[in-house]
Formats: sequence, C-alpha cells, structure tokens
Amino acid sequence: MALPQRRTDIGPPHYKDFLPPVMLKNYGDWKHHEILNPGLMVHVANSGDKVWSIRVATPRLLSTDTIREFADLAEKYCGGYLRWTTRNNVEFLVSEEKNIEPLWKELVEKNHMMGGIGNRISNIVHTQGWIHCHSAATDASGIVKALMDDLADYFTTRETPNKVKLAVACCTNMCGAVHCSDIAIVAIHRKIPKIDHDKVKNMCEVPSTIASCPTGAISPDPARKSIKVNDEKCMYCGNCFTVCPPMDIADPEFDGVAIVAGGKVSNLRSNPKFSKLVIPYIKNNPPRWPEVTEAVRLILDAYIAGAKKHERVGEWIERIGWEKFFKVTDLPFTFQHIDDFTIARETFRTAATFKW
Amino acid sequence: MPRKYETPLLDELEKGPFPSFVTEIKKAAARNDMAADELGQLEKSYRERRGYWKHGGIVGVRGYGGGVIGRYSSLPEEFPSVANFHTIRINSVSGFFYTSKILKEMCDLWDKYGSGLTNMHGSTGDLILLGTSTENLEPIFAEFSSRGWDLGGSGSALRTPSCCIGPARCEWSNIDTLDINYNLTQEWQDEMHRPAFPYKFKFKTAGCAVDCIASIARADCSIIGTWKGTIAVNQDEVATYAKNGMNIKEEIVDMCPSGCMSYDGKELKINDEDCIRCMHCIAKMTKALKATGEKGATILIGSKAPFVIGSTLSWVIIPFIKMEPPYDEFKDLIRKMWEFWDEHGKNRERIGELIIRKGMREFLEFIGVEPQPQQIKEPRRDPFFFWTEADLQK
Ligand code: HEM
Ligand code: HEM
Ligand code: HEM
Ligand code: HEM
Ligand code: SF4
Ligand code: SF4
Ligand code: SF4
Ligand code: SF4
Repeated sequence: MALPQRRTDIGPPHYKDFLPPVMLKNYGDWKHHEILNPGLMVHVANSGDKVWSIRVATPRLLSTDTIREFADLAEKYCGGYLRWTTRNNVEFLVSEEKNIEPLWKELVEKNHMMGGIGNRISNIVHTQGWIHCHSAATDASGIVKALMDDLADYFTTRETPNKVKLAVACCTNMCGAVHCSDIAIVAIHRKIPKIDHDKVKNMCEVPSTIASCPTGAISPDPARKSIKVNDEKCMYCGNCFTVCPPMDIADPEFDGVAIVAGGKVSNLRSNPKFSKLVIPYIKNNPPRWPEVTEAVRLILDAYIAGAKKHERVGEWIERIGWEKFFKVTDLPFTFQHIDDFTIARETFRTAATFKW
Repeated sequence: MPRKYETPLLDELEKGPFPSFVTEIKKAAARNDMAADELGQLEKSYRERRGYWKHGGIVGVRGYGGGVIGRYSSLPEEFPSVANFHTIRINSVSGFFYTSKILKEMCDLWDKYGSGLTNMHGSTGDLILLGTSTENLEPIFAEFSSRGWDLGGSGSALRTPSCCIGPARCEWSNIDTLDINYNLTQEWQDEMHRPAFPYKFKFKTAGCAVDCIASIARADCSIIGTWKGTIAVNQDEVATYAKNGMNIKEEIVDMCPSGCMSYDGKELKINDEDCIRCMHCIAKMTKALKATGEKGATILIGSKAPFVIGSTLSWVIIPFIKMEPPYDEFKDLIRKMWEFWDEHGKNRERIGELIIRKGMREFLEFIGVEPQPQQIKEPRRDPFFFWTEADLQK
C-alpha cells in the first residue's frame, strides 16, 4: 500500500487545536482554583467560567487499548479533551459540571485511581529500566508499581505535611532527574565492567571506547589487543558498555538501588535543593522489592511525624539537621555517606555546632 | 498468534491497587508479536536480575539525525520479535494536550506498525512509541508526519522543549509558557533534527517559581516566569482564609523566606521591595494575593544530571527579560550562547560544564551580559582574581 507523502521539520501541532473551548476562551485569564477532593480540582476564570480536572494515575507505560479507553471516556464526558501531567497522570478536562459525577463513577467502575492533587503523594516519575534500556541496574516500572501499591492511600486520600515527590531512575544517568526529589530511588552498579577480551577485538573501536569513559578509567591493553579498566577510577556508569557491548556492566549479584532524599525543585519558601544520600545500597529483590518499599515508608513516616505543616522533606531535614535525621530514622551512617566527589568540601561541617 | 510466555514473577505485579504496567504489556502482547517478546524478555530479566538490551547500530529516518533510539535485544534468538526494537520520540504538544480523535488515530497507526506500547511521556516530554523494527521506521514517519506530527530530539541536539500548563489553566503564570514552548520548537527544527551541538541542550519553561515542570533541575536553559511590581492583597479574602481556619501568622507570615510580611489579625501587609517572589504566600492564598506589574522571566542556565562533574541546578544569567512574541531578544541571546558553546565546548560537554570550566566572566562577556549580584549567592571568598588590561585602565 502506498504511504502518504512524508513531511519534514514541521514541528509539533499547535496546542490551541487541542485546548477545550473553555480554556481557549479564558486563556491567560484565570482567577483562582480550588482542590475539591484529591482527584478533582476546579479552575475559575475572571469571566466566571469554570473547568474541572479529574486526575487519574497511569503506570506511564500504556498500551493502545488503555489510551483508547481514555479517549472514549473523554469523548463521552469532556468533548474529547484530555491531557497528561508531567508526573504521568491523565487529566480529564470537564467543561460541564453535570458530567463530573458520571465520569467519576465510570472511572471507579473501570478500576482507575483518582488522586494526587494537593498535599499528598502524586505519581512517580521514572525511567525505562529492564523494559527498554541497556544501562539499567534495576527495573524502574516494577519498583514504581510496588511503591505506589504500598502508598496508594497517600495518592487517593491521606495527606502529608506538603507534597511528597517520588522518583525512580534505573541507573546513575538519572534520565528522570531524580536528583531533586523528596525521596528518590537511584539504581547503581557496584562492580567495574567485565571485559570479554576476545570479543573486544572484533566488536569495539578502542579509541572511542576509551573516550566514552567520563573518568578516564579505560586504557589500552596492548598485550591482549584489548583494553583495561582502572578500578580506582571507575564509577560504574556503564557508558563504556553503551559503546562496547563486551564490557558487560550488569551484575545480578551486586546491582541494586540507593535511596536519596530531601530534594525539591520549586522556589517556594526555601531554594531548590538536591536530594542527598540516605541509604547507599539495597539489593535488587524483584518482583516487589519489599526492602525498598519498607525503607521509603520509614523515611515517609519520620517526615510525617516530624515536619511542620507546609514543610517539604528537605525543609524538615534542614530544620532538624542531618545528624538528627539519622537519629530519628535509625538509619546507619557509613563511609559512603561522606562525599568524596566534586563538591566534597562544601559538604563538610565547618562549625562546632551540631546535635548529639 | 503471538508467542505466549509463562510470567509468574511479573504476574505478582498485576496485584495491588495501582495500575499495572504488566497488564498493559499483556494487553498488547495478546495480539502483537513484539509486545509478546518484550514480555518474555522482561520476565527473564526479573528471573535473572539483569537487563538484556544493547545500544549498537545507527538507525533513523531519512534526513534526520535523531528522534529514533536504536535498541537491540542481546538475546535475539530467544526473543526474535524484539531483535531490533527501536524507540521513536514524537514531539508532544505544549502542555501535553490531546483530543480523543488524535489519540485514536495514533493508536491505529502504532498498532499497525509497532508494538502497541507507549510511554506517556518520556522524562524529556516526548510521546514515546516504545519499540518497533528497523524496516517500519520510514513508514511510521511518513504516516505520522503526513498527519502533522514530527520527531523529537535525541543525541547531541536540541531536545524536545517542554513547559508547564501555564496560561491554559493556571492563574499564576507570568508568561505564555505554551506559546514560548511552541515558538522555540518551531524556530529550531534544524537544531533538533540534525545534531550539531557538542552535546544535548534542553529548554524548559515554567510560568512561575513553583516550577511544575522542574525546569531548574533538568534543563540547560530554564525559563521561569516572574514579575517586577507588587503583590496585590484582597483583605476581604484574607479575612475569609482566616475565618476558615488558616493560621496566617504561622502558615504564611512566618514561612515567608524574606520576612517581608506582617499581619496584625486584620490586615496583611507585604513589603514588596524585599519580596523575593518565592510564590509561597500566593500559592497558599490564591484568592487573596495576586502578582501585579511588569511580567517577564528569569533565565537560568546549566542544570544536568550527575555525570561527569556532579549534578548542577541552573543558575541565574539574565535576572529579568520580557518574553513577548516573537521573542527576538531571547533568541539572540540563546544564539550567542550556542556560539560560545560551539567555539569552546568539548565533545559531550554540556553548556553548564563549559561555563564552569571557562568561568562566568568569559561566558558573560561573550554573550554581552553585565555582572549583577542577582547572578550569585555570594561573591568569591578568595583574593585570586584576574585583571585584564582593560580593567587596569578603568
Ligand atoms: C543513530 C544512531 C544513534 C542514536 C539514535 C543514538 C541515540 C542515543 C540516545 C538517545 C542516547 C541517550 C542519551 C541521550 O539522551 O543523549 C544515547 C546514548 C549514548 N550513545 Fe547513542 N545513539 C546512536 C549511536 C551511537 C553510537 C554509534 C555510539 C558510539 C559510538 C553511541 C554512543 C552513545 C553513548 C556513549 C551514550 C551514552 C550517552 C550519553 O552520555 O549521552 N551512540 N544514544
Ligand atoms: C549523561 C546522562 C544521560 C545518559 C547517558 C542518558 C542515556 C539514556 C539512554 C541510553 C536512554 C535510552 C533508554 C531507552 O532505551 O529508551 C535514555 C532515555 C531517555 N533519557 Fe536519558 N540519559 C542521560 C540523561 C538524561 C536526563 C538528565 C534526562 C532528562 C532530564 C534524560 C531523558 C531521557 C528520556 C526522556 C529518555 C527516554 C526514556 C524515558 O522516558 O525514560 N536523559 N537516556
Ligand atoms: C497550593 C499549592 C500548589 C498548587 C495549587 C499547585 C498547582 C498545580 C497545578 C494546577 C498543577 C498542574 C499543572 C500541570 O498539570 O502542568 C501542578 C502540577 C505540579 N506542581 Fe504544583 N501546585 C502547588 C504546589 C506545588 C509545589 C509546592 C510544588 C513543588 C515543590 C509543585 C510542583 C508541581 C509539579 C512538579 C507539578 C507537575 C506534577 C504533575 O504533573 O502531576 N507544586 N501544581
Ligand atoms: C592572599 C591572601 C591572604 C593574605 C595575604 C592573608 C593574610 C593574613 C594575615 C597577615 C593574617 C594575620 C596573621 C596573624 O598575624 O595572626 C591572616 C589571618 C587570617 N586569615 Fe588570612 N590572608 C589571606 C587570605 C585568607 C583567606 C582567603 C582566608 C579564609 C577564607 C583567610 C583566613 C584567615 C584567618 C581565619 C586568619 C586568622 C584571623 C584571626 O586570627 O583573627 N585568609 N591572614
Ligand atoms: S536512567 Fe539509565 S538505565 Fe534508566 S533509562 Fe536512563 S540511561 Fe537508561
Ligand atoms: S563503567 Fe563508566 S567509569 Fe567505569 S570504565 Fe566504564 S565508562 Fe568508565
Ligand atoms: S509553574 Fe507556576 S505557572 Fe506553571 S503551572 Fe506551575 S504554578 Fe502554574
Ligand atoms: S512571594 Fe515569598 S517572599 Fe514574597 S511575600 Fe510571598 S512568601 Fe514572602
């Protein structure tokens, strides 16, 4: 069958073709909004017009079947208009108040989870993992599913002192920008690549393999017509494996995840901040990673118990101090916690003031 | 009929209240060979606790240097339908808006040519078509582009820009985030589709300092809406918040980072000159407080994930710039920045890393921006600074 004429460099469609009429009419002229329940908010325009948004969780990975189901619902109740949020939720954009209830009812019947708006846990931003990426040290989707099952109440009903943003990255490349989340899981390799010297000869270009290493850990091994890795410089990033497949970085025995906490991206109250290391390693335990969900619970519970209203995890920790954080959570403090990377000295305590 | 696999481990992830990605893969696997083998390989990963994907091998569509991510199974005999299983990045619409009609059209195409699996969306903001074979790439591109869709960026190129929902629904937006996002994407199609930068470059646009799109943490250029003026206070609405149980002193005044608010139980006062525009009070009392005056954006440069020099957050380069179409002043500045990067950047060096290596002075002089205290947290602590001949003449 003949293909249609291809076009190049046309860019994305114009957004105005996809906005519901009420949003087009009141574009840039909104007055305020109100969170009516954890899965429903209403935005009110200066004209008095209103638009209701119902937020529904998705696993990010969607089959065309489910996308069609969402499209059908949008057609039935929202004039066909819907959107996705940056945290992988779907929002149905309802222009007529009378459609809210039947849409909500049908979503419940179809087993969807509504929530995530306001001071609670929204969906988890995450990356590809074993589903599609070559550098993955864990599977992001599996951990997300296990975590969100465990924390479902915090999505649908329960409140936290402020928003708690979770993220999972399946290797230290951190495609999901987990480095500024309230609590994040980042998967790590812990052993240098295993080199299959026979294959390196045929499959890899030595100069580009050497150049791929961000720390300069790879050097030629002329005797073997191969390469070698300096184990004092390698930080297990897996970049070399990308370029040279016989440098296998995956290790079922020693791969796993680290947990970082206390980051935020908004400027509200305190400045944006990075997440910091709280648990250096938990072994991969698929399919449900129970040790990971337990650790996240531990941090979350300590935060809920200790934080003042409106404090984010990082603001709470900064107020009480990191030494106190390790005390209240009873998490072990190890050599891995002390920075020895590029900004190490900025993180040392240059004062005699601290808590016991 | 697609192959069937026993998946006892993945089946565990169909239990529980949260929607399951395993269920999604199974839906597609019931009718699609690629999705079936994806499921089979994933079960093996769960069993053996490791991934089975390789990079390797350049793939793409004619005339484009990116937008397709080559992906190959390292077990092609065992899982032949995903022997090659490439990702296609489709440039999404500003604000991730869709209509049911367009979604169904996309689903039909993707069922015909691909795995029937998607990511809505990738973390950069593309609509990700998750997996198809090399020979299907050209047909998919023809089908999508003829219907008004184009590929997103990958490799050392401009990546698909993204933005918050802004003026479409948010009362706090100081700039037209959706239009800025659309306009920049259209302006720089060539930079997106034919990689010619030292490394990747990302724009993210947020309408205010709440930064719902996390621009400050994951964009080489973060555009954050702000204002020069006052916060208008509606004292009646303040009174209503108080009446409804808000402890205005504790929750608002005491949490203001610049200590510029006061409340005597009747009147909320803001010393606007000292306000740092963090958005806390406005976010908590949206009916009572409104930013007024001149609207524009702060331009920050440099955030990236940890490799190689450690994570960075973007830092202020231009404290305030008007953002009005056609955004010429902004675009000229960006072109200057790219010129600097092009001239001095090493292969796979992000622009932020380059600025740190070269120093802010060289960068600012190149792009023609004056030093300003808004660009820093504090001045340098050491006395080891350079003087140019020109400085000495001053
Ligand atoms: C058309 C062919 C290729 C495409 C479409 C492609 C695409 C990609 C993409 C999308 C990434 C993800 C990283 C990012 O977001 O920048 C990546 C990473 C990477 N690719 Fe490729 N790639 C191709 C060919 C190659 C080749 C031939 C090599 C090596 C000689 C290579 C080496 C790498 C390395 C080392 C990384 C890790 C990356 C990094 O720091 O960005 N790629 N590639
Ligand atoms: C040096 C750092 C990075 C490297 C080496 C890297 C490498 C890669 C690779 C190899 C993939 C392909 C995964 C697949 O098979 O689909 C990928 C996907 C992706 N990366 Fe990165 N990445 C880096 C940083 C980032 C960052 C900081 C972001 C976003 C802020 C990002 C956004 C993405 C997105 C959106 C995808 C598509 C898959 C997804 O949605 O997770 N990458 N990256
Ligand atoms: C009362 C306080 C807040 C209100 C009313 C509010 C409002 C909103 C709205 C309307 C959205 C949807 C925008 C969109 O879909 O693009 C959103 C999303 C978002 N907000 Fe806020 N926000 C508040 C506080 C915060 C805070 C404190 C943060 C971060 C520190 C934050 C970060 C985000 C992020 C990252 C998103 C995207 C999340 C998603 O798409 O699910 N917001 N917020
Ligand atoms: C070229 C640069 C500098 C010169 C020439 C210099 C010179 C001096 C001199 C002459 C003293 C008095 C020593 C004494 O007789 O007790 C002193 C004390 C001191 N300097 Fe510096 N200094 C320099 C840079 C710095 C810097 C960059 C720092 C810290 C960031 C620093 C920290 C101190 C401290 C803590 C003392 C002791 C102060 C005190 O006893 O009250 N100095 N310096
Ligand atoms: S975080 Fe790492 S493993 Fe995960 S998608 Fe990105 S590069 Fe791949
Ligand atoms: S894993 Fe990373 S640091 Fe280690 S040798 Fe390979 S490229 Fe270098
Ligand atoms: S960044 Fe600001 S303007 Fe944009 S959606 Fe979030 S709160 Fe609204
Ligand atoms: S925006 Fe922030 S700094 Fe300004 S008055 Fe409100 S709380 Fe204070």
